[in-house]
Amino acid sequence: MTTQFPVTNGNQPVGEGAGRSYEAGTDKPLLEIRDLQVSFTTSEGVVHAVRGADITVYPGQSVAIVGESGSGKSTTAHAVIDLLPGTGKVTGGSIMFDGREIVGLPRTEIEAMRGRDIGLVPQDPMSNLNPVWRIGTQIEEALKANGFEGGKKERKERVAGLLQEAGLPDAERRARQFPHEFSGGMRQRSLIAIGLASRPKLLIADEPTSALDVTVQRQILDHLEVLTQELGTAVLFITHDLGLAAERAEHLVVMFKGRVVESGPARQILANPQHPYTQRLVASAPSLASRRIQVAHEQGEESDELLAPDLDATVPLRDARKAAQSDIVVAKNLTKVFTIRGGRPGASTDFKAVDDVSFTLKRGHTLALVGESGSGKSTAANMVLGLLDPTSGVVEFDGADVAKFTPKEAFAFRRRIQPVFQNPYGSLDPTFSIYRSIEEPLALHRVGSKKEREKRVRELLDMVALPQSAMRRFPNELSGGQRQRIAIARALALRPEVIVLDEAVSALDVLVQAQILELLGNLQEELGLSYLFITHDLAVVRQIADSVVVMQNGRVVEQATTDEVFDNPRQQYTRDLLAAIPGAGLEGAAIAG
Amino acid sequence: MPENRYETVPGGRRPRPGQEHFAAEVDEGGLGAVDAVKTDEAPSSLWRDAWREMRRRPMFWVAAAIIVLVITVAAFPSWFTSVHPRFDCELANSLAGPEPGHPFGFDKQGCDIYARTIYGARASVLVGVMSTAMVVIIGTIMGAVAGYFAGWFDVVLSRITDIFFAIPLVLAAIVIMSITTNRTSFTVALVLASFGWTSIARITRGTVMSVKNNEFVTAARSLGMGRGRILLRHVLPNSAAPIIVYATVALGTFIVAEATLSFLGIGLPPSTVSWGGDISQAQRAIRQAPEILFYPAAGLAITVLGFIMMGDVVRDALDPKARKR
Repeated sequence: MTTQFPVTNGNQPVGEGAGRSYEAGTDKPLLEIRDLQVSFTTSEGVVHAVRGADITVYPGQSVAIVGESGSGKSTTAHAVIDLLPGTGKVTGGSIMFDGREIVGLPRTEIEAMRGRDIGLVPQDPMSNLNPVWRIGTQIEEALKANGFEGGKKERKERVAGLLQEAGLPDAERRARQFPHEFSGGMRQRSLIAIGLASRPKLLIADEPTSALDVTVQRQILDHLEVLTQELGTAVLFITHDLGLAAERAEHLVVMFKGRVVESGPARQILANPQHPYTQRLVASAPSLASRRIQVAHEQGEESDELLAPDLDATVPLRDARKAAQSDIVVAKNLTKVFTIRGGRPGASTDFKAVDDVSFTLKRGHTLALVGESGSGKSTAANMVLGLLDPTSGVVEFDGADVAKFTPKEAFAFRRRIQPVFQNPYGSLDPTFSIYRSIEEPLALHRVGSKKEREKRVRELLDMVALPQSAMRRFPNELSGGQRQRIAIARALALRPEVIVLDEAVSALDVLVQAQILELLGNLQEELGLSYLFITHDLAVVRQIADSVVVMQNGRVVEQATTDEVFDNPRQQYTRDLLAAIPGAGLEGAAIAG
Repeated sequence: MPENRYETVPGGRRPRPGQEHFAAEVDEGGLGAVDAVKTDEAPSSLWRDAWREMRRRPMFWVAAAIIVLVITVAAFPSWFTSVHPRFDCELANSLAGPEPGHPFGFDKQGCDIYARTIYGARASVLVGVMSTAMVVIIGTIMGAVAGYFAGWFDVVLSRITDIFFAIPLVLAAIVIMSITTNRTSFTVALVLASFGWTSIARITRGTVMSVKNNEFVTAARSLGMGRGRILLRHVLPNSAAPIIVYATVALGTFIVAEATLSFLGIGLPPSTVSWGGDISQAQRAIRQAPEILFYPAAGLAITVLGFIMMGDVVRDALDPKARKR
């Protein structure tokens, strides 16, 4: 049902064309998915999640399926191991694994293949380990399920070996620990150990690192790469990040709405994307865009020209007029100490979430607070928003100390600074219609009459590029990107001067993220807004921020303009963060294409 | 930094069979629809979705029919029988079987059982509705304040809740009712409510604690909205679903509790017709005429079943896990 036309010499029958120089024995595919159809039965009828996917994986090769949420990338991979959730069913096509048809195999035979021939590294290391079992026991379980022969002692040794191999030093002690004693990265390493326990021929890695901090992500992917290369395991990566995919896989499969829209060698796809969707993806992926700016910058070009046309607006203005602006938010020596309750009275300990942090946000500028989880960036943002009182230190807004406001002044101050949060599902009250959500700030601050407020709501919906008819909807009817637009509209309702964007685009798909960044750029230019941009993703920072504050463990590690931080990072931690941007290893030529 | 894999692929220049560069034809207008709003459908909210979900379930209609019938009977018993349950009794008819106009026969006092069953609905429904209303009010306030303001409020209110929770509802009601002289539907409801609010308080506290951590609450705070207003406007409406579900089920249990008290003779006075009282009376003649016990018991069972079934349906419809995003 999918009509695909070959871009290169794909018309040639297999085996034709002299001079193909792949090694003997590797030209037989390990996994061959042909015209795969998967559908789910819901109360609203049948949903075709995958519609005619073709994917080929050779032994020892790494292939990445790239796509946004709902593209069918995970569904395709789960069909291979027959782990489709709920009512999912393969309704057509074939999956050949190692010369054997998988579709229609009895359950017991597929169960025998799982783990032994095809391993899986799941997405979320937090929920995929059983919290009541020791790590070692869970790996032993995997060994036993896959017919490990040998006694208890050998099994224990094997477990230690596997953990060692997955990059956990002191493996024997680690095997006796419980999942809660492990960090996210260590848990993901244990999951990799489980996935590779029986030396499968194919390892399916479903967004294996998307729940982890960027620097950890990089270490784990590096390790996984070395490991699978040594073992000769083929890897099927599933990711939403094109930069990551291109860096880690030699063959890319781009999926959109259940179909493979483009597939081919990673380099060719990056350099010469054919399908409009892939083109947009290549243009929008933050890691690639950031890399493109960097490459251009190194070559002395003006970065603005190198962005995709629809990203132009996200490049901050760099004229002198902007530099001359006054300071709007000044944080001086902010410190926040949380008291953590101990097991008995008096056993509490102090935890410094934010430690002596100072920064300045200029009018019309974008300041990025960057750090990994636990760096204190959100705590700092909440103090700026006046939602948390600093233990010591001062937040000055437009020259006035926020802590010294009278209640009336404090209420008025709220109008001038507004937040947009990360989670597009949690930031709108589900019982409020869109109209009520956007109107609420106006009503609370008694702005205008009812009629004027309605006019303003319509205006705001236009501003965030949503149809006015959306105001009768409820949040659960909108997509993540749309909800985030509503959250932005709501934040803009009172005409604030500063918007605090707390991971505001982190939960969104790449294209939607690009749209929201573009929208934010446009709004900044139109309304002269100042943004305090909280993020863990340096790639996005490159596209939107004027200056960067890098935080680690509650302290400011480095603080400079964006160009300076990217060109000339002073601290090792910043360098690690920069190196962790997926696609950092791609040569300029491949992406500047 | 590891080398790029594609540089090390054997024969990397030419893709292997099945891996040539493919691009699908652009045959769908899907690209623009990445982030479109559907504008034609009717707007839906949690409640509207729940209603749509419930409408599809036959169990909902069965439960609704039972509840509507019981409430109609309770409100207008004279629509269903012209016989008075207490004044039209003749001892001559004692324990007589069914006859025309008296389909269920007569009890020991010679009263019409059908009429007594019809009139008995009012007491049960009245006590059930009143105690549920009181329980929802007390429980929601206690739970919401404890959950939302936390700290000392929570410590004190939660301990009070725990103490009341430890007292068995019916036992406490028996003790209080046996020393109460003025026994009306209202006093029975009040006594049941004053020992039955703890579950709702606990449920509300838990829900409020999880709802208040939502980002829309933080957003409301950063608008400068006061705590009380946030609680009323944002937190409570979002906590309503589990309260409603529990209240529907609780209504059934309060009707049973009232019947229990009346059965023991310390609930409603004999001057009030009630199923519990009739069951108690029937007990004395159970060997000669077991059907006297059957009719009020059946009325009680069907009513309770109706409310509990409704609670089940409502819970399924409001269950956030079953809801699609």
